[in-house]
Amino acid sequence: MENTQPPAETVDPNQMFRVALVSADIEALSVLPSPLAPADLIEVKKNDWGRLGQLASAQNWRWAGAWAEDLGTEFSMCACLQKQGRYLILRTDLPADNPALPSHAPYYWTADRMERHIRDLFGIRFTDHPDPKRWTRHKAWGETAYPLRKDFPAQGHPAPETPPDNDYPFLKAQGASVYEIPVGPVHAGIIEPGHFRFQAVGETVLHLEERLGYVHKGIEKIAEGRDPVGLLKLAGRVSGDTTVGHAWAACMAMERAAGVEIPLRAAYIRGILAERERVINHVWDLGALCNDVGFAAGYYQFGRLRELWLRENRALFGHRLLMDKLVPGGVAADIPPEAAGRMRDSTVSLRRELDELLPILDANSSLEDRFLTTGVLSCELASALGALGFVGRASGQTFDARRDAPYSPYDRLKVRVPVETQGDVASRFWVRYKELRAALRLIEQMLAELPSGKLAAEWQTPAEDAEGFAAVEGWRGEILCYVRFGAEGRISRYWPRDPSIINWPALEKLVMGNIVPDFPVCNKSVNGSYSGHDL
Amino acid sequence: MLRLYGKIFRTGMLTERVPTVPREEAVEREGARLKAVIDKRFRGSLAIRQVDAGSCNGCELEIHALNNVYYNVERFGVHFVASPRHADILLVTGPVSRHMEAALKRTYEATPDPKWVIAVGDCGVCGGEFGVSYASCGAVSEVIPVDLAIPGCPPTPLDLLRGLLSLFVNPK
Repeated sequence: MENTQPPAETVDPNQMFRVALVSADIEALSVLPSPLAPADLIEVKKNDWGRLGQLASAQNWRWAGAWAEDLGTEFSMCACLQKQGRYLILRTDLPADNPALPSHAPYYWTADRMERHIRDLFGIRFTDHPDPKRWTRHKAWGETAYPLRKDFPAQGHPAPETPPDNDYPFLKAQGASVYEIPVGPVHAGIIEPGHFRFQAVGETVLHLEERLGYVHKGIEKIAEGRDPVGLLKLAGRVSGDTTVGHAWAACMAMERAAGVEIPLRAAYIRGILAERERVINHVWDLGALCNDVGFAAGYYQFGRLRELWLRENRALFGHRLLMDKLVPGGVAADIPPEAAGRMRDSTVSLRRELDELLPILDANSSLEDRFLTTGVLSCELASALGALGFVGRASGQTFDARRDAPYSPYDRLKVRVPVETQGDVASRFWVRYKELRAALRLIEQMLAELPSGKLAAEWQTPAEDAEGFAAVEGWRGEILCYVRFGAEGRISRYWPRDPSIINWPALEKLVMGNIVPDFPVCNKSVNGSYSGHDL
Repeated sequence: MLRLYGKIFRTGMLTERVPTVPREEAVEREGARLKAVIDKRFRGSLAIRQVDAGSCNGCELEIHALNNVYYNVERFGVHFVASPRHADILLVTGPVSRHMEAALKRTYEATPDPKWVIAVGDCGVCGGEFGVSYASCGAVSEVIPVDLAIPGCPPTPLDLLRGLLSLFVNPK
């Protein structure tokens, strides 16, 4: 099943929402023109916050993220909703002392961890939040210290030694032959740290509880006061495997805040870099999935193909992972005709290799055995969780920002979005295989159409308080970014939202009822970023 | 199955000689010395435990690449193990987040002597883009003793290979 067009809809979803607000007697002010365009912005009263969540949920808006800001005299709180390619941002103000508002978590599972993150870092209480446990906070700062408040110094007040986070109240299971398996934070492979607590009976997983936050590096805090170039260095390291994706989102948010229009050539080059990042990560994970079920030949073949593309990145752009290739207003890397020719060749040859590997993978019964019906995420659950990227698209969620909320250069391209509905590891594997091929097609199209022109527009320092919002489709799915500038073009707030924070809870759900030894392949098939989640 | 064998056969051996620093001879000599050290002191097998103590995961990607067919680090007798109890070397990426501080120390304590610690990447070496903050301890050496630093953002697999080769040139 392949969707090339978003579903036809005659009524503007934002208008529907405003009508519903009026019917519910909720006082709301549409800010016009929206400072967060193309997203719409509605300002509301804090006491209505919970009802707004309920209303949005009833209208099937996808809850995409929330962030807070310390404005000195008060806090501001934003929630981002998305429907039919339209973004809608709700904003409310909170008093500086004892800030509290109703939660969205009763209506949206996705809101759970993000609200807990905001509570841990800003001290904003969500009065009817169903889970009182801390999330991002372990033991590096105290219960009443809030690092993202402006009066908290970036250096903090760290103890000489940070104690381990060993009293987190995990859910316990009881009964005959139920046992618990704690895993991590240091895992048995070359992988990021996080803790998983399994409750199991025999081989079967009864319950999995994730405990993340181990690689919290204070990204949101140390972004404050940086200039645009400095912010991009940081954005490129929110999650190293998504360096182009996050840098692009940060660029776009800053450019919108500053009113800078990037040259079309720069947009195309960004697109090519982003698709190369998608190809390399998909190739790598297809191999890693083979490895997790003991199919070493697949692992080495995909690893070989990945290395070839990494070397080409190094030869053409000077960096294997494409770090620091975007600049505010454009790009720092050009694609001369020889480079374009070389990329065209490698695209053709990768497609030929994939053609050769496809029957080998497809006919391999050991892959089939382990992939099919393993780690099923139903379409209903994926929708309730707002699952993004290939995790969502393997479970019937069709959203892809490149097609449904297109930005340059994708608004000029035909973006194919493969979708499956089986929701198991096999589905996620094949969706990624198809996405990989679609990315190769996009690269070819962009290379063929690559317009001439400048690589970057001149940067203009935005006014104090200028803000910008952006959504781009990284290889894991939709990346959101919010930026506000302070005085002298310095960043006063940076909020990146990696798709991982949305998709991590999906792993808890889809692993239930599976056997413990299938956890690695289930985990890999979702492949959340720890760093992108923990910030 | 025949297809698979055909593919493997046609792909052939891709593992590369170590193309390193300007004077190739010196490298070959160093490589030979490393192999000699590993053969003698580690019975031909050097075990590495990789610990991500707060990285953005860029370094992990390149450490993974060490195991691909081109670098094939196992041919030097170097392999990655699942437990610090089996390790001779801890390969630590940073910055060390404060939330990983205790886990890193425990991993270090769980590694039997003699042991070596290699700090990998600019963040592991000096704190990098993240530096020291309420959430980050900065360099790996702020938390556990470090024997060798391999800078880079991230270091390429070749940088990593060269770093490993240099570790035992002047063994402690």
